[in-house]
Amino acid sequence: MADRITLEVARYRPEREAEPVMQSYEVPLRPDWAILDGLNYIKDQLDGTLSYRWSCRMGICGSCGMTVNGDPKLTCATFLTDYAPGPVRIEPLPNFPVIRDLVVDIDDFMTKLPTVKPWLVRDEHEPVEKGEYLQTPEELDEYKQYSMCINCMLCYAACPVYALEPGFIGPAAIALAQRYNLDSRDAGLDDRHDVLSSDEGVWGCTFVGECSAVCPKGVDPAGAIQRYKLTAATRAIKDLLLPRGGR
Amino acid sequence: MSRRRSPEPFVWLLFSAGGTVTALLFPMLVFLFGIAFPLGWLSWPDHAHLLSVVQNPITKLILFGVCVLALFHWAHRFRYTLYDGLQLKRLSSAIIVLCYGGAVVGSVLAGLVLLGA
Amino acid sequence: MIETTGPYHRPISLFWWTRRRAYLVFVLRELSSVFVAWFVVYLLMLVSAISSGGDSYQRFQDWSGQVWVLALNIVSFLFILLHMVTWFGLAPKAMVVKLRARRVPPRAVLAGHYALCVLLSAIVAWLVLR
Repeated sequence: MADRITLEVARYRPEREAEPVMQSYEVPLRPDWAILDGLNYIKDQLDGTLSYRWSCRMGICGSCGMTVNGDPKLTCATFLTDYAPGPVRIEPLPNFPVIRDLVVDIDDFMTKLPTVKPWLVRDEHEPVEKGEYLQTPEELDEYKQYSMCINCMLCYAACPVYALEPGFIGPAAIALAQRYNLDSRDAGLDDRHDVLSSDEGVWGCTFVGECSAVCPKGVDPAGAIQRYKLTAATRAIKDLLLPRGGR
Repeated sequence: MSRRRSPEPFVWLLFSAGGTVTALLFPMLVFLFGIAFPLGWLSWPDHAHLLSVVQNPITKLILFGVCVLALFHWAHRFRYTLYDGLQLKRLSSAIIVLCYGGAVVGSVLAGLVLLGA
Repeated sequence: MIETTGPYHRPISLFWWTRRRAYLVFVLRELSSVFVAWFVVYLLMLVSAISSGGDSYQRFQDWSGQVWVLALNIVSFLFILLHMVTWFGLAPKAMVVKLRARRVPPRAVLAGHYALCVLLSAIVAWLVLR
């Protein structure tokens, strides 16, 4: 195997260009290096002006999502040798405005997330002195998968509905809502219903399934969304047949 | 509490039911009546037999149900294909009338053909 | 203040669905609904022909053997198979079935759908061919 590999990196500097341009760099091809290590080499040794996000470098912070040869990936979890002999094309995640180089603006998600109330909603909060809320392993398993989301935005990058529909709240937001809906300590199903069961919520999803395919943590947001469609549809039937009394 | 009741959950249920029954029943029906009989791989059933099958009230009801669900399955799926595939969401009202209206018209025709047989 | 063009918004092509294999399969899957609707029409034409008597049934048989009708139905069959395979594949994700507090494994839900399909297809074939 060669000991160098070319990275073609998207550059976008709003003060000098109207559109992204590609710039090539040659980096060492070390067997233990991820794409992120290649980018850090560029920044340290070749071109300090390259802008990108990263933090934990171990697949838990969700900062380093980028498009690698057309696929949304965590660059800390994607290895250079898998793309040998290269070149490897690195671009920012699609479906988000590009601020600079590989950095995207995820304010849209940050605004949508709180609308699904991703926290424990209870009618009554027990006083701290009473101790912890107890939960069996089975109750934990009900929602554990959806709690694995690291907000890396790969699912939004892969979702064609999010690309086409500005209002769609998106896979991660719905999966996180389900994480709480299915948590035995939570009583917020009704509170989340209006946002989830709207055209911008689950009904906008056409089950393409790419969100689950690209998720690095196995959250399966597509499954979470379809399950809520069934929940909302069952509830709609019940409301039709047995209208809810005044609350 | 909740806003005006949206029809989305109901049309999605129709879509899902339609998708399920067509996935279960259409492969064999298309194979027999669309390919095997016309190609002569199997001989067409004789008229008297098919007439008795088609005139059976249970068959009529099941076929009617399948056709209605299949049409609403098409309507819902095609609506979103036009929204996303052809990016025609701005024509949403016309599309909704075309799709679900078409399904209603088709259902009425299905009723006339099947239940009047 | 440097003059700047601000954040870059990549435009969405009309052919976005050709860019990834998964998107292409998705769009084909969605288009299968058109062939489902076609077969409803064909089925109604068949029943109508049967109800109108032996002669119209014979005419339907001849018409169904015409090249373009046959081609359309062969294409429909392929699309309906695509619909069936993708539908059964996705059903376990939407349906979380609990049997005595344990979740039924997705593979079992999948197998159940195919088993039901085989059973119903056999019943249809028997009803038609006997």
